Amino acid sequence: MIYDNDWVLSLLTFAPLGAALVMMAIPKADELLHKTIALAVSGGLLIFGTIYLLTEFDFDNADQMQFKFDADWIDVINSRYIVGIDGMSLPLILLTLLVVPLCIIYSWEHFPEPHNPKSFLILILILETGMIGTFVAEDLILFFVFFEVVLLPMFFMIAVWGGDDRRYASLKFFLFTLFGSALMILAFLSLFFLAEDSSGVAMRTFDIQALSAWGGANLTRNAALLIFGGMFMGFGIKVPMFPFHTWLPDAHTQAPTVGSVILAAVLLKLGTYGFIRIAIPILPEAAVEWAPWIGLLAVIGIIYGALGCLAQTDMKRLIAFSSVSHMGFVMLGISTLTTFGINAAVFGMVAHGLITGMLFFVAGSIKDRFHTLEIKRLGGLLIQAPRMGWILGFATMASLGLPGLAGFWGEFPAILSAYQPANGVPVEIFRAFMVIAAIGTVLAAGYLLWLLQRTAFGEPSEEFANDPNIHDATKFEYIAWAPMLILIVVLGVFPNLLFSMTDPAVEKSLHPCLIEDKADLNAADCPAVFDIEVAGR
Amino acid sequence: MSLALPIAQVVAFDRPAIDWHALAPEIVLLTSGALLTLIDVVFLDRARKYTSALAGIGLLATMVPILTLAIDGNDRGLFNDAYVVDEFALIMKAVFVLSGYVVVLLSTNYIAEGDYWESEYYGLLLTSLLGMVMMASSRDLISIFVAFELLSIPSYMLATWNKRSLKSNEAGLKYYLMGVFASAIMLYGMSLLFGVSGETILTKVNASLSTDPLSGAALASSTPVLTLGVVFIIIGFAFKVSAVPFHNWAPDTYSGAPIPVTAFLAVASKIAGFVALVQLVFVGFYDRADVFHPLMWILAVASMTIGNLIALRQDDIVRLMAYSGVAQAGVILAPLAVAGASHDIGDEALASIVTYLAIYAAMNLGVFAVILAVARKTRSTGVESFNGLFHYAPGLTVAMTIFMFALAGIPPFGGWFAKFRIFFAVVNEGGFWALLLGVIIAINSVVALYYYANIARRMWADEAPDGDLTPIRIPPSLGSALVLTVATTLVFGILPQVISHVTDVSLFAGG
Repeated sequence: MIYDNDWVLSLLTFAPLGAALVMMAIPKADELLHKTIALAVSGGLLIFGTIYLLTEFDFDNADQMQFKFDADWIDVINSRYIVGIDGMSLPLILLTLLVVPLCIIYSWEHFPEPHNPKSFLILILILETGMIGTFVAEDLILFFVFFEVVLLPMFFMIAVWGGDDRRYASLKFFLFTLFGSALMILAFLSLFFLAEDSSGVAMRTFDIQALSAWGGANLTRNAALLIFGGMFMGFGIKVPMFPFHTWLPDAHTQAPTVGSVILAAVLLKLGTYGFIRIAIPILPEAAVEWAPWIGLLAVIGIIYGALGCLAQTDMKRLIAFSSVSHMGFVMLGISTLTTFGINAAVFGMVAHGLITGMLFFVAGSIKDRFHTLEIKRLGGLLIQAPRMGWILGFATMASLGLPGLAGFWGEFPAILSAYQPANGVPVEIFRAFMVIAAIGTVLAAGYLLWLLQRTAFGEPSEEFANDPNIHDATKFEYIAWAPMLILIVVLGVFPNLLFSMTDPAVEKSLHPCLIEDKADLNAADCPAVFDIEVAGR
Repeated sequence: MSLALPIAQVVAFDRPAIDWHALAPEIVLLTSGALLTLIDVVFLDRARKYTSALAGIGLLATMVPILTLAIDGNDRGLFNDAYVVDEFALIMKAVFVLSGYVVVLLSTNYIAEGDYWESEYYGLLLTSLLGMVMMASSRDLISIFVAFELLSIPSYMLATWNKRSLKSNEAGLKYYLMGVFASAIMLYGMSLLFGVSGETILTKVNASLSTDPLSGAALASSTPVLTLGVVFIIIGFAFKVSAVPFHNWAPDTYSGAPIPVTAFLAVASKIAGFVALVQLVFVGFYDRADVFHPLMWILAVASMTIGNLIALRQDDIVRLMAYSGVAQAGVILAPLAVAGASHDIGDEALASIVTYLAIYAAMNLGVFAVILAVARKTRSTGVESFNGLFHYAPGLTVAMTIFMFALAGIPPFGGWFAKFRIFFAVVNEGGFWALLLGVIIAINSVVALYYYANIARRMWADEAPDGDLTPIRIPPSLGSALVLTVATTLVFGILPQVISHVTDVSLFAGG
């Protein structure tokens, strides 16, 4: 039953790569053919993938791995090709499938300098393979390979098609991420060697499901904390968490529009996804001890990102800092280790992907018209390009968490979840985090409204007042933006579409001692770290 | 022991039984080399245009007995186990011969078009390869030394092949002096080891190191002598593999020698050094981990850290590759710093080194193939000659990008698996020093990425110097070398079991 549709995830993963290989053989001059192939493949995958996954996915068993495929890969180290999805990965895969064709449509008529659509599209397709692969991989080594595959195309996209400072930004992006993943692979290897089942036999496996079922039993406290630390570096740099966030504003500012959109919409989620898929299920006890520190860095990120936004003069850089702040909410939700918080985090990932992706799209379009993103030189967008101005307004409202739009459901529950974190996580500290995070939302409203006011309202500045280049949104922009705008509203009005998908999977991913009501637990079964009162302990 | 044999026994020489099948690869290689020299003497200039093709055919012919021996699958020991043909020997022989074949492909046009002597070139190349092929089987102090000299002496001459260039002369002379110096130290170390153990066969050396050969007592009293012997031998090979602090010759020699010779030195010759080192460690003094572990740890950490840091400042691609080679030598030495913990970990360490060496050969030969192709147009090996390569040679750019990121260890290109196996072996040991070593390798791979990614960035993002966009013409032999190396690098990265099956070898008796 589960195994007869096991080919679909491999198809979704490798079809873009196949298309990229075909395109390599086609001469560069044939631009239309390249664009058609890229759009047909990624668009086809979107339509097919959405329909197939949504109809075939068994929502009643969203906590189970579905479409699972398991084959030999590198048997010497017992690493296998295992792919599968559950309710936690499904929304992120759909998000990836959606964003890629929209990016291709958006760039249809104006590829950034130095043009060269062939290479640009090939890179986007390789990126799609890496991103989907990371979300479906159920083996640590396979996950690591896809996690790294993503780096190369993004590096080239920034280094070749980026802004003036692209050389610096691209290398910084690459070096930061590689540093994290080098420590991450050490952590994975330590797990491989240290994991022992209950009878003391070494497990010697990279299978994420098997390791999650093992859950760090019999591991010494120090080893667990160090291994979690290695994974924390790998995922935390990718998110990015304060203080590893400094690559993000540079990368976002220098990347071409489409690069920024993919970076914000999907790449950052690889880090948060790693936390909820790998780090927390495999090492729940270490997660409890790390939680206050993760929560602390998350709220510092929220406030620091927001203050950073207030100090920016460049629109794209401002949106980049707002990403740091928003990913802070996601990480705060994760660090509570509750189903409520992690559901909010997954929602926040999708919402942030759509909303911030949208903001970067608009920023890119403004840059095309004004050739600058300096906030003080802009103004009066609502007069010169009213529809685009309203879209910008809509996206900023969604970003600041207006109820009824998607952003609200990522942010608000994440803050609420900090009120009652999981068993063993210090309640007082998280309540303090909750208050600080709430202040962060006020700051968010401040900088976003300030941005909107300075760019969209008022009179156009003199230098651009009669510029003939400035026109309203084009056909391609509408097509690329409409699905995202619609989804922001739909998810804002019916958040349960997503929550019902993720909830069972999130609940399964958490250790029962974390989430059960203390009264219902047999305290003797829970390790001391979960801090469940027993008479006599 | 054998020192005190009666005279009559020494004079009456019985030819030991020779397993001709086991020696077939060496014999084919020797015959091809000799034939090549002979053809040149007889036909003079008329044969010149065929020499490289003949050398290539000779090497491919050498692969035939290697394959039949591999299919046969029996371990064969000759001359009282001084010369052993086992899985390890065969895979390393195959790596040497195939690397040699790629070097011949690289040399074909370079040597013919430059002002070089052609036929002797290939003769010397094959002779040096013969030394390497012998090295893979040598399990005896004397045969190791003979193989070492046989592979070194022709390469001293090859390094000076551009005889009208001062730089090439400097390269060769420096290489020669350092090489002889290293040989002397190594020989001294071997004599000390022989003095302590009274044996030259490595298995017997190891057996006698744990107990005193005369009294049967524990050998604690001779530990200082033994340590000195081991240290000297390792230093001798540390020169060959250009490990810090014995790496100074490498950048000068690499940048002075003709580029195909540099490729040969950086790949085949260096691998030969590792093969010897691995055999000594795993067969010769494996039970004395207390002696070689700290030494290897220091050599590994110093090589990768210093190699990487100096590589950051290089503006010549060949010198950069020299320092990258130093850093990689450190990575390859790392498993030797944990290998002695147990036989399981030892096997894991050996498999990781063999895997790394095979992938290393593919990646580095590929890089030199690209350097050669680019130098055909720019006549320079400065890193700026790679600027804007993408605009006029996209194929070469993609190939070089693959090699650079393979060297940096980014999946899905071959290098990631090589580096991963090293991590795997090191973390497997699990002690504090092993884990620290793992973290140091991890940090170093980030440093290394900086200069590799910089080359990639130059090719893709920068403008070509003077806006010169004439395409590069790649001769067929160079093209096939590129295709071979790119394909190998990709296959090893995406389907690592292809390589990991053949590199799962052991040097322990009965292992």
